Amino acid sequence: MAWIKRHLIAFAAIAVLIYMLVPNVIVAAFSFNDPKGKYNYNFNEFSTAAWTNPCGAQGICESLGLSLQIGVIASLTATVLGTMIAFALGRYRFRGRSATNLLIFMPMATPEVVMGSSLLTLFLMLGVPSGRTAILIAHIMFCVSFVVVAVKARVATLDPKLEEAAADLGANPAQTFLRVTLPLAAPGIAAGALLAFSLSFDDYIITNFNASPSSITFPMFVWGASARGVPVQVYVIGTVMFLLALLFVVTGQVIGKRRNRQVA
Amino acid sequence: MAEGSVLSTGSSAPPSRRRRNWVPYALLLPGLLWLVVFFVLPMVTLGSQSLQEGNVDDGYTFTGNVGIYADALRQYWPQYLRSFLYAGTATVLALLLGYPLAYFIAQKAGRYKNLVLVLVIAPFFTSFLIRTLAWRTILSDDWFVTTWAQKLHITDLLQAVGLTSNDSLLNSKFAVIMGLTYNFLPFMILPLYTSLERLDPRLIEAAGDLYASPWQTFRKVTWPLSLPGVVAGTLLTFIPAAGDFINARLLGNTQTTMIGSVIDSQFLRVLDYPLAAALSFILLILIVGIVSVYVRRAGTEELL
Repeated sequence: MAWIKRHLIAFAAIAVLIYMLVPNVIVAAFSFNDPKGKYNYNFNEFSTAAWTNPCGAQGICESLGLSLQIGVIASLTATVLGTMIAFALGRYRFRGRSATNLLIFMPMATPEVVMGSSLLTLFLMLGVPSGRTAILIAHIMFCVSFVVVAVKARVATLDPKLEEAAADLGANPAQTFLRVTLPLAAPGIAAGALLAFSLSFDDYIITNFNASPSSITFPMFVWGASARGVPVQVYVIGTVMFLLALLFVVTGQVIGKRRNRQVA
Repeated sequence: MAEGSVLSTGSSAPPSRRRRNWVPYALLLPGLLWLVVFFVLPMVTLGSQSLQEGNVDDGYTFTGNVGIYADALRQYWPQYLRSFLYAGTATVLALLLGYPLAYFIAQKAGRYKNLVLVLVIAPFFTSFLIRTLAWRTILSDDWFVTTWAQKLHITDLLQAVGLTSNDSLLNSKFAVIMGLTYNFLPFMILPLYTSLERLDPRLIEAAGDLYASPWQTFRKVTWPLSLPGVVAGTLLTFIPAAGDFINARLLGNTQTTMIGSVIDSQFLRVLDYPLAAALSFILLILIVGIVSVYVRRAGTEELL
């Protein structure tokens, strides 16, 4: 009894963790299903058909390709823009600092449906056609703030003395930045880029406001399919994404540990 | 030497470099310009769109028709109310569930810390539409979750408090709130974890040494010190949950429509742009209002 009491927090934590992970287990299990009807909600029979033919559902791989393309371009652009802002905030004093912080915070504190619909009104007024470009603009917009937060957190932990030391040793500002500051901030930048990619790849609400019939992203495909029956391939892609994310994060941590050891 | 001891001496206040004053502005310019043009300006066009009259085919003219806001509120106040109630409930639940987990990771997990942290973040990378669809399986009538809930009379209890309307769990208020809690839980846990990790365990020991009960220690030491994380986590959960309509559509029924769903369909299916823009603008104003009252309240509480 005392043992249970002592580990109460651990039990609660494990229960919550199970709650968070159960859907991923279900997704993985149902990727091996051979559903009876059109809905993949009940497990019928084990099958690897969807794994061997991941593009078997019409339009799924086109939408996946578009989402990957948008995700890469949007996250790279947002990472560059966001990292620049984070360095300005973390390394310089300037006027308009609190206004900048507010402008960075606002997109994170605005419901997606408001951001998506307001962008739609802007594009309507300017005559910007909906589609891939509109989606990219939107994704870069909502990713920038998250990159700023991730990179800023890292920059704040860096010792400015290291940069001063580089300068004292005769490095010019560009060399200092490229050889000292950037490598030290790299984990934060990588985290920001990964976060931006996942936000972009996963977004449905804002994307839907700015998409055209010829620009169906993967979440839009899933949403459309949810009404008429989700193909098993969707669960395969969901499982692969989960495993890739695990791989990415674990690799990142291993690299981080190795770097630490080198510092030592 | 550990990385922390080398790098943690950096103070949070940025050093002044007055010599090259244009540099920060050059760094800020492209990103902030992007946000001004594609985030701030759209808010203006959204407001403007709501005050125009016309239709999609003939175009719109600005008439300053403020009455549209009264119409929008009169017609859709139940959806606003419902959205805030669901989001508020989900936020409280996420706090109750997220706090023990965040505390465990920050203070108790030891060498499993990184592993648990990865397990919290990793689900986030699978499309949340797919994960929400998985809940349709978990809560479906044929599965053991529903059968057990029926045997243990949990379904009766949920029905009694009005969270479900029959013996099923799916397609109900319960399912929608459960889904919202699930989907935004990582947004609660990460800020909580960040502030609980900074909590010095010696403070908790000290409270125990001074004969504080575990509850008193929590109430007087842990909770006040974790407040910044609580405020950030509740905001990051409540705001997206209030505007969300994916959970309401995939896990709910016609009686659980949230305001995001109305805005979405008014814009994209009914094509009534002025009404849709007004609905969206009202949501923005209400959120900003709720958030600023909340932040002010939380701020004073922190000072006490």
